[in-house]
Amino acid sequence: MNNNLKVIVNGLIKENPTFVLLLGMCPTLATTSSAINGMSMGLATMFVLICSNAAISALKNLIPDMVRIPAFIVVIAAFVTIVEMVMNAYVPALAASLGIFIPLIVVNCIVLGRAEAFASKNNILASSLDGLGIGLGFTLALTLLGAVRELLGTGKIFSISVYPENFGSLIFVLAPGAFIVLGYMIATFNKLQKK
Amino acid sequence: MAKLKSTFKNMFLSLFIISLVVAVLLAQVNKMTAKPIAAAKALKLENAIKEVVPEFDNNPVEEAYKMPTANGDSLLVYPAKKGDEVVGFAVNTNSNNGFSGNIQIMVGFDMEDKVVNYSVLSHAETPGLGSKMNDWFRDTTKPNQVVIGRNLSEGNLSVSKDGGQIDAITASTITSRAFLEAINKAYAVYKASDADSSATKQNNTDEKQEEEGGENNE
Repeated sequence: MNNNLKVIVNGLIKENPTFVLLLGMCPTLATTSSAINGMSMGLATMFVLICSNAAISALKNLIPDMVRIPAFIVVIAAFVTIVEMVMNAYVPALAASLGIFIPLIVVNCIVLGRAEAFASKNNILASSLDGLGIGLGFTLALTLLGAVRELLGTGKIFSISVYPENFGSLIFVLAPGAFIVLGYMIATFNKLQKK
Repeated sequence: MAKLKSTFKNMFLSLFIISLVVAVLLAQVNKMTAKPIAAAKALKLENAIKEVVPEFDNNPVEEAYKMPTANGDSLLVYPAKKGDEVVGFAVNTNSNNGFSGNIQIMVGFDMEDKVVNYSVLSHAETPGLGSKMNDWFRDTTKPNQVVIGRNLSEGNLSVSKDGGQIDAITASTITSRAFLEAINKAYAVYKASDADSSATKQNNTDEKQEEEGGENNE
């Protein structure tokens, strides 16, 4: 049990996909213009990670080495398509605001990276937990990034007003702000981790 | 169980079976979600129409028809009727001159050529700048920037920078121009459809569906 917990914490902190591995930068920078967008992107990715890790771990002996990449991608694409269809059906507003980045989870290197580095070598339980841990780490990072950008840019967090919008500086909602905030957050994360 | 060797037969079967299972699974999910997706889309369209025209009791989506614009394109017009009387038109209009591409707007007119309301259906404008068009042109306390209630029979709308009567969104003149262009386009179509509303009514459902599918891709 202790070992399982270690796998989750590992994904959350030691191998945090955004702050340590620096994987999946495209959705990280593009979808975090607000906290709620970042969080939903993280949760969608987490769902795909858990499902694909479990499925690939279960299938790992049935997939010959030379075709493992296409096989992994087919499995991942299946789960992403399911997420996309379900979101379109039941939360169309959210699906519209995340737009192209939901289908793009397919090519998110975190998902393929964990399939290759973890799920194809470990059992189903450990792989699911790894998906959960990495997914939580990604969600946490994206939510934080989105919250900071939303706060500095528009004076709100999760659309709740903290200070008047006119004092916000718009650059943080735009693309350059994503790079600036992410840079400072990685620096802070590294500093805290070294202690 | 030992790992399968990378022989041609194994590779072929493995990929084939995985793809087959995935295809069946996706077909099943698609079947389950097709109806809610269609319903959500129809609801969104209906709400947009409801927002922009006076109260009505017909089904504007069913009675929608296409009207050609000056540049060869065509726009969907949704007539709103109360009883047998036409009370207004909602026009699904667009502009390709936005700061980042296409802007889709649903705009409603009453029978006195006044803009009743508008609803931005989709756009890719800069968040915090151009995206303000959702509220900017709606603020009735600011007579210099409001679009609602303007009577377009007095001439087309344009931004004050171009000698018009409407203040553009701060730092988003291009977006504002595109927005007003879309409204002017809708008005021209509405005027034309008002003139011969009975003559050219044609319900081309196929084309309608194409249009809706297109919106969804944005």
